[in-house]
Amino acid sequence: MAIFEFSHVPLAVADYPRRLANAASGGFCAFEGWVRNHNEGLAVTRLEYQAFELLGAKEGARIIEEARSRFPINAALCVHRLGDLGIGDVAVWVGVSAAHRDEAFRACRYIIDEVKQRVPIWKKEHYVNGDSGWVNCERCAAPAAHTHEHAHTHPHDH
Amino acid sequence: MSEPLYGLVLAGGRSSRMQSDKARLQYHGESQLEHSCRLLAPHVDQVFVSVRDDQRGDPTRATRPQIVDQPGLAGPIAGIASAQAQHPGAAWWVLACDLPFLDEATLSALEQGRSRSALATAFRSAHDGQPEPLCAIYEPRSSAAVAQYVADGGHCPRKFLRLHPTHLLTAPNARALDNINTPQEYAAAMQDLNPAAAITMNIRVQYFALLRDQAGRSHEQLATQARTAAALFAELQQRYPFTLAMEQLRVAINAEFAEWTQDLRDGDEVVFIPPVAGG
Repeated sequence: MAIFEFSHVPLAVADYPRRLANAASGGFCAFEGWVRNHNEGLAVTRLEYQAFELLGAKEGARIIEEARSRFPINAALCVHRLGDLGIGDVAVWVGVSAAHRDEAFRACRYIIDEVKQRVPIWKKEHYVNGDSGWVNCERCAAPAAHTHEHAHTHPHDH
Repeated sequence: MSEPLYGLVLAGGRSSRMQSDKARLQYHGESQLEHSCRLLAPHVDQVFVSVRDDQRGDPTRATRPQIVDQPGLAGPIAGIASAQAQHPGAAWWVLACDLPFLDEATLSALEQGRSRSALATAFRSAHDGQPEPLCAIYEPRSSAAVAQYVADGGHCPRKFLRLHPTHLLTAPNARALDNINTPQEYAAAMQDLNPAAAITMNIRVQYFALLRDQAGRSHEQLATQARTAAALFAELQQRYPFTLAMEQLRVAINAEFAEWTQDLRDGDEVVFIPPVAGG
């Protein structure tokens, strides 16, 4: 099973692990990305996620297929939240089951890293002072001549 | 004739600003590399393609004999030096593969204006009067000077020609040596090469994130003469206060990642993709 999904409602994280359960798996691990209250020195009050869902679902599925071909895992699932989120909400959930823990951890890491780099999802931060900004698009807007690739210039780990 | 005149079409570039392989772009119904080789072939004894070691197997570059850059060398001067090292007795007509306006009149002018007593014959740039090094003939005796220039850390062929006796000609057509480096330049060149082919297409554009805020809409239907996504974005930049440059974006056509230089078709759905920030 390899699935990438978007959700416009709060993630049902309690339901996901059993979708990955199977008799051949001896381990399961999950990563959750949460909305935190600050980023790059600014106090954040809430987030807004937008996605190009048609292409995002394809690219997400490709990433999970890549994880399955790179690591001997049994199942993987990634669900990304869209819409308005508050502090502490789950923004993204990645889970992997495998025969052994090492593959599960590594595949989980691979999926979240690639999703952050490649899937067309955008995040708007709303700050305590009333400002807001699209992450990676505004404060980092670089002069045209200097940016030749679609670089994820600033990490934004939750 | 004592020494042969060989053609060297340079296809070893990384096309980083174009974001797609310049050798493979089509301005005249075939890859520009093939087009350049065909233009040059009647003027030389044999045409070679200059490639980096990791490009040897590329089908676009495999239709002619190759000159592979020597280890440790990079850039156009590497191609010239490598060719001279492999065929020490030959003169080399060096030609870039990103000159879509290059014409027969220009090639004939170089052939007829060639001075064997200089180290090289080149055109004067129509823009700044400097030698144009990438449509030029390098005489056999320039090889020692090229090798020395490279050994001294030089990498700019234009500077090499400035430092050595070069016979300079005026190009018969001012645009013939304009090189095309970006998707916007590609789109403009296509328009100029074939203005009669301008047709209006209906394109649906969807906007996301910062572009959506700045366009003030999530989508729209456009009637446009833009032939490529790059030209369409340039058109939209005139209409909306976009702050992201094209180089910061990717583009999707019909919900799949695409090249900026890909031809648009009537009814296509285009999405410009700002830097992503999932997770």
